[in-house]
Formats: sequence, C-alpha cells, structure tokens
Amino acid sequence: MPLLEIKDLHATVGDREILKGISLTVNAGEVHAIMGPNGSGKSTLAQVLAGRELYAVTGGQVTYQGQDLLELAPEDRARAGIFLAFQYPVEIPGVSNMYFLKAALNTIRKSQGLEELDAFDFLTLVRDKMTLMNMDQTLLNRPVNTGFSGGEKKRNEIFQMAVLEPKLAVLDETDSGLDIDALKLVAHGVNTLRSPERSMIVVTHYQRLLDYIVPDFVHVLAGGRIVKSGGKELALQLEREGYAGLGIADDEEVAVA
Amino acid sequence: MSAVAEQTGQWLAEFTRQEKAAPWLQGLRDSAFQRFAELGFPTTHDEEWRFTNVAPIARSHFASATSVPLVTGAPAGPEANLAEQYLGKLASFQANAFVALNTAFVRDAVVIQVPRGAVVEKPIRIEYGNADGAYVAPRALIVVGPDAHCTIVESYSGAGRYFTNAVTEIVAGDCAVVDHYKVQREDTSAFHVATLQAQLGRSTNFSTHSISLGGALVRNDVNVVLSEGTEATVNGLYIVNGTQHVDNHTSIDHAKPHGASHELYKGILDGKSAAVFNGRIIVRKDAQKTDSKQTNKNLVLSDDAVIDTKPELQIHADDVRCTHGATIGQLDAESLFYLQSRGIGKQQARSLLTYAFAQDIIDRIQVPDLREQLEKFLFEKFHEHAQ
Repeated sequence: MPLLEIKDLHATVGDREILKGISLTVNAGEVHAIMGPNGSGKSTLAQVLAGRELYAVTGGQVTYQGQDLLELAPEDRARAGIFLAFQYPVEIPGVSNMYFLKAALNTIRKSQGLEELDAFDFLTLVRDKMTLMNMDQTLLNRPVNTGFSGGEKKRNEIFQMAVLEPKLAVLDETDSGLDIDALKLVAHGVNTLRSPERSMIVVTHYQRLLDYIVPDFVHVLAGGRIVKSGGKELALQLEREGYAGLGIADDEEVAVA
Repeated sequence: MSAVAEQTGQWLAEFTRQEKAAPWLQGLRDSAFQRFAELGFPTTHDEEWRFTNVAPIARSHFASATSVPLVTGAPAGPEANLAEQYLGKLASFQANAFVALNTAFVRDAVVIQVPRGAVVEKPIRIEYGNADGAYVAPRALIVVGPDAHCTIVESYSGAGRYFTNAVTEIVAGDCAVVDHYKVQREDTSAFHVATLQAQLGRSTNFSTHSISLGGALVRNDVNVVLSEGTEATVNGLYIVNGTQHVDNHTSIDHAKPHGASHELYKGILDGKSAAVFNGRIIVRKDAQKTDSKQTNKNLVLSDDAVIDTKPELQIHADDVRCTHGATIGQLDAESLFYLQSRGIGKQQARSLLTYAFAQDIIDRIQVPDLREQLEKFLFEKFHEHAQ
C-alpha cells in the first residue's frame, strides 16, 4: 500500500479552479520533487495536503495510510504524521517557539500513545536538532518566527520537522529566498531526515535545490495538472531548457494577461 | 423634582453625613460637591459619554464608606502641606462629574512624595478594596521630585455590587522616571470609574499601563500632559466577556516641543460585552517636533460583542509626526492554520492566539511579580475558554 495516493484531485479558491486533476502516488521512503512555473498550483497542492480551509476540494481522492485524508482536520493530519514546511512561515508574536513546539510535539506524541515530554526531556531532545540546523538556542525563547530573517524562518521550519519527525513531509519552496549557504544548511537538515520510513514531497520553482536534495522522482506541474513525470534527470532537462522547453510559459499569470 | 436633582439628592444626604475635614479640604469638598450637583451624572448626549450609559450608577444608591487602602513601599512621610498644595489642582472637577464626586468625598487620600533625585527601587503599591453596596472614592496624589525614579502599582478589587470612583494625580518633576500600573480586577457586578491625571516635567520619562479585567461598567480616563522633551508611554489592555462594558478615554496633551508619546491599547471582547476606546492627542501650537503614535487593536471573539474606537487628533503645530491606527478583527486564519498544521487542536490554537494577543501588553510590564501574576491569570482564563 502506498503511503499517499492522490487521484484526480481538483481544488478551487473562490470560483477559480487551481488544481485540475492531479494524480500522484508516493511510497514510503520516496522523495518526489514537484516543479512548475509560478501559478501552476504547486503551493496549492502543498496546502491542500495539509488541510488549509482556504481551498475547496471539488473532486478526486487523497488516501493516506489507507484512510481518507480529506476527511481529517489539519491537526489530525499532523498527528497522523503529515508535516508542511511553509513557503511563508507565519509570525506569531506572543507565543514562544519553545512553548509552541513543545505543545505541538506533545499533542502528536499523545495521539500516538506516547508519553508527553517534560521541559527537561524536551530541551534535551531539541538541543541536538538545533545543532543540526545550526540554530542559536536563544531562538527557542523568541516568539514564533517573529523578527526572524528569511533564512532563520526556513531553518526553523526544518528544525520543527526534525523535532516532529513526520512520515510525510511536504516542503513548499523551502529554497525560496535563501542564499547558497543557507540553502546548503537547509538541504543538509532535510537529507539527515531522509529515511526508508519517511517520504517527502519537495515543491520548488528552481532546479537548484535538487542539486542538494536529490529526488527519486520529478513531476512538472503546469496549469493545475502534472504534465510530465520522470527521474531526477527531468530536473536537469528543465535546468537546461527551461519550462519553455516543455512548451510551458514560465509565468502563467503573465501569459494569461 | 428633576431627574438630576433626584440623583444628586441621594448623594447630598451622603455628603452632609460626612465628618467635617480640615478647612482647606472641606472647602475643596464643598466646591466639588457644588459642581457635581450642577453637572449631575453625564448622559449619552454628552459627547464624552456617547457610548457609555452611566444610568445604572445614577439610579443606584450606595452608602459612602471608608476603605483604607493598603500602601507598601512608599518613601517616608510626605511634607505636611503637600496635599494642600496639589490635591484637586490637577484633576479638574469642572467638567467631569465623577472627578467632582470623588473630590467631594476625599477622606483617606494616599499622599506619596518621592524626593528629588531619590531612586525607589521597589514598586510602591497601593491596594484598594470595596464591598457590596458601598461607595468608595479612592484618591491618590503622587509627587515625584526632579531626577527621581519610582514605580507605582495601583490595584483595585472587591466583592459584590459596589461603586468605586477613583482619582489619581501624578506630578513628575523634570527628568523624573515614573512607571505607573493600574490593575483593575473588580467584581463583575461592580461599577468602576477612574481618572488618572499626570502632569509631566521637562525630559521626564513616564509610562502608564491600565489593565482592565473586571467590573460590570468601567470607565477609565487617562489624561497626560507633557512638557518639553517629555516621553510618555500610554498602554492599556481590556478583556471583557458576558455583559461587561469598558470605556477607555485617553488624552495625551503635547503642550511643549520635542515631546514623544507612544500609545498602545489592546482589547479582547467576548460574549455580549462592549468596549469603547477614545484616544485624544492634542498637539499645541508650540509643540513642534512632537512625535506621537497611537494604536488600538481589538480582538472580537463573538458575534455579539461591540467595539467603538475613535482617534481624536487635534493638531495645531505644523512640524510634527502623528500616526494613529485602529484594528478590529478575529483571530488570524493563517496563524490558526499554522498552529493546527503542527498538531495543535483548533480550540487550543484559538486560546493560544488569544493569549498571545494580550501577551504583547503583558510583556511590556516591568514589575516581574505583576507580570507573572497576570500571565498566569490570562493563561488560566484562555485555557478555560478553550474547553
């Protein structure tokens, strides 16, 4: 049984259809890259998987570990092992990173029948993960993402992923806005978390990230559909020929206008 | 008999029943009561009271009572004539009936003097109480000398349906540093009306934080007058539920050049509660280079809560920077989703964000035990809310 099976998924925002029939199968341990120009629906797919209410699913099915994913509330998806690394991590002034992450970890642990961690055990756990992401410990006491630089926010997402240890991680343009050093650091964090039990969907606009996080499969999304799938060499082809090489305008919004 | 006379008549009986005070004080009381009798209680036809109907106070009868406040941490006794010199001179009872009514019943005024250059490290605490059926008129006068530093924490509480009508006057000398906190945790069936009048010296650094949690009907007036180069921070937090009504009127008067004021009021409304924020900023003709910022943010958790928010800028100088903004909103959908996407349940996420909204003001409190006490209170409150 695949970990995740998406069949003919349609989704709209307002009266605009963004996903127009997406099918994708992800098995345990696989890393799938989803590439595509701006406006192709990459981020929508990522958010729909995490349960964002902004998008209405109008057709198709998503099965995760044999159960209907679309039936689950966002928190239940997280408890079942789905993690979305946000393209734009949200700033939450007034809630410390530490409080937030401990609450998140403990609800997930509780739902899995594990004991909740106290402050001491939690700190011991996160210390290693912070070292992995080269993050300063003072970040724990700061409010969630508030006053973080772009790079710090992205690192914080991968750090959270390291702590929560999901079964399926969806990385939504985790590379956007990162310089090469930050990119390498984030990729190193992600690679450390690769395992035969953990699957990943890596959404990106650029091939660059895939030099560091080497995918098993690459899918090209355009106009709300997967127009081409292949191995990692497909990303290299895109790098050489651009989306135009596949007959896709680089920015649909512009193309429509 | 007219409605005004009928209402003030009850107070006349209470007023004449009072023991006579020293001549200077009795004179002050007499003229204040006379003014109160002329003004009567305000109605919603008065612009200043448009959204706050005080009829429940005007219609009720309360027995004037003595409630000696508990004062700790104050420096040794003030100069004998200090009260006579300042009391009633700052908070004017000409236009405000409640200030007049307070002044008419001044009995055990708290008078604190912080001498020139003195640094009072521990907060000066004033705790007021009230009890069912009583009218108490707390009065405090705090005179801070030039270059002196102090922190004042006023707290109000009680049990039952009563009426607390407070006036606090603060005079801060040049270059003084004064931090003032007012924590109002009255009974939810009580009436609370309070005026803070602060007269600030040159290059003085002043902050006031008004935390309003209790009371059935609450009105806070905060009036701050700045001098040259004065820096004033005026913050407030109000959290109301049920049928609570809280009205915050602030007035920041930039009388001289180079003053700066930062104002941040945040409110959380639930149930059928109502809140009013009216922020007046005056920049006098002389007050060039004034830098003033006003923000009022409201988080409305129910469909039935009502908020009226109004900035009132009176700018008579031309080289100034004044900004103001008000927001009224629900919890941010994106923040909720972010928390949920990490496994935190929707209700817990809501309570966490509500707590965080208030935390922004609590974080600015520089008195550790007060901050911790309020954090705990809020945490429990919103945790309950989530259940």
